[in-house]
Amino acid sequence: MQQDAPKAVDDAALNARFEARIEAGETIEPKDWMPERYRTQLIRMMSQHAHSEIVGMLPEGNWITRAPSLKRKMSLIAKVQDEAGHGLYIYCGTETLGVDRAELVDQLLTGKAKYSSIFNYPTLSWADMGVIGWFVDGAAIVNQTVLAKASYGPYARAMIRICKEENFHKKQGYEIMATLANGTPAQKAMAQDAVNRWWWPSLMMLGPSDANSPNTAELIKWRVKRKTNDELRQRFIDLTVPQAQAVDLTLPDPDLKYNEETGHWEHGPIDWDEFWAVVKGNGPCNRERLQARRDAHEKGAWVREAAAAYAAKHQPASASNAA
Amino acid sequence: MSNDDLFEYLLRLGDDRLVLGHRLSEWCGHGPILEEDIALANIALDLIGQATLYLHFAGEVEGKGRNEDALAYFREEVEFRNLKMVELPIGDFAFTIVRQLLFDAFSFLQMQELQKSANSELAGIASKGYKEVRYHLRHSSEWLQRLGDGTEESHDRAQKAVDDLWRYTREMFAADEVEERLHAAGIAPDLRMLEPQWRTMVADVMQRSTLSIPSDVPPLEQDERGRHTEYLGHMLSEMQIVARSHPGAEW
Ligand SMILES: [Fe+2]
Ligand SMILES: [Fe+2]
Repeated sequence: MQQDAPKAVDDAALNARFEARIEAGETIEPKDWMPERYRTQLIRMMSQHAHSEIVGMLPEGNWITRAPSLKRKMSLIAKVQDEAGHGLYIYCGTETLGVDRAELVDQLLTGKAKYSSIFNYPTLSWADMGVIGWFVDGAAIVNQTVLAKASYGPYARAMIRICKEENFHKKQGYEIMATLANGTPAQKAMAQDAVNRWWWPSLMMLGPSDANSPNTAELIKWRVKRKTNDELRQRFIDLTVPQAQAVDLTLPDPDLKYNEETGHWEHGPIDWDEFWAVVKGNGPCNRERLQARRDAHEKGAWVREAAAAYAAKHQPASASNAA
Repeated sequence: MSNDDLFEYLLRLGDDRLVLGHRLSEWCGHGPILEEDIALANIALDLIGQATLYLHFAGEVEGKGRNEDALAYFREEVEFRNLKMVELPIGDFAFTIVRQLLFDAFSFLQMQELQKSANSELAGIASKGYKEVRYHLRHSSEWLQRLGDGTEESHDRAQKAVDDLWRYTREMFAADEVEERLHAAGIAPDLRMLEPQWRTMVADVMQRSTLSIPSDVPPLEQDERGRHTEYLGHMLSEMQIVARSHPGAEW
């Protein structure tokens, strides 16, 4: 751990100074003093985010071998590869808080750490590759654009870099949907079915409603979060409804209507029971996703051991002296 | 040299890379470390990208209106012209790395020569591929050294992969009349010249990896292009299912 100062240091003066820096909109860097609670909250959020990128590779990875054209196959591989890069980048950012990647991965594999609920839904047709880019990356952008202004420097910088790629993923996903929506009747039906299956889980992905989000107030105070879950969800809906209309796909919410006064689209009730069930491990694919990660980790153990053994044997003399 | 020869040859170049790229992409999300998920996906992307160029050119040479997707998604397994080695299932990470090394070394020499091809379009595609393959070869060589000279387990796994794959290697150099005519026309390299160079390159990496090349493995019979293992059909049935379920559809 990075923090070797005694706990007593966590005193009122340092705290007051930290709060003042946050207040003034300053960026907190790894070497700066920070309250332990700020550190642990960030580790929790950032590692959850990194795990989501990694687990998120699985539902889309499921269609790489079946992509219907070479161009689509390549763009899907590239997208899933980008998500791996995001995961890696955010793990590195989290390590600046004094925790290492192996420990974080262990938390994922033992089920201690969470990842985004959305990736516990199955991908059942090629259209899911379109709708995930459009909805899931779209919702991620809404969330991450705000996180790019987070108070913790390494997280904010990671978000800026990642958001560029997520924008590309979203465009690509929407383009897949537009192609299907303008395609054969079977393709159009495939696209509509994917929209029907992914719309509500995508709304849930932005997190529990503000009334049930215990961490929100504290995270907003520290400028880790800048907007509440409900605000983010509203923004996502407002952006997505006209996009669905443009390609003549119907969002599966009979209550969806435009409010002239507020300028927002109002949605019907979200099934939060489903959300909590998925979060607690009872979504359609929770077990499969975690098992796939555990399998990869266990099957890869001998490879990691070999790489470490080889590095130890072939370390240059100067480096081993220095260590 | 006829257009048929060139078409056949372009299918060989394209199919080797398409099938191997497809196999590599199966690792995506399941690699031993995150960095390898990324690296293997990169290589898969390069290979499928190269395949796209060769197959596109093949379609033009054939002149029957087939593009790269028609060739990739609407041919039967017996029409594929790839090496048997590249269609084998991915196996463990050692198998994947050994296969990559054997193919990368071959592809490196092939691309190096093809850059000088009398067919300028082919030379152009090869010179783009050559830059990529140099990186692939470095990746597979470095990993083979780690595995061969890592732990006892990794050494044994790597040696087993070498032993299992070795009998598939002769097919790379089985020059038939098509290759001979193309070589005579200055379009394709002389496979007989590439083979000793390939042996030297591979032997060097094996030696650095403390692995040995089996001396008593008889090569496979029927090792000409277009003969396959039973694995290719299953791979293609998965690869082609969506495209074939919607003939004529745009994606
Ligand atoms: Fe991402
Ligand atoms: Fe993304």
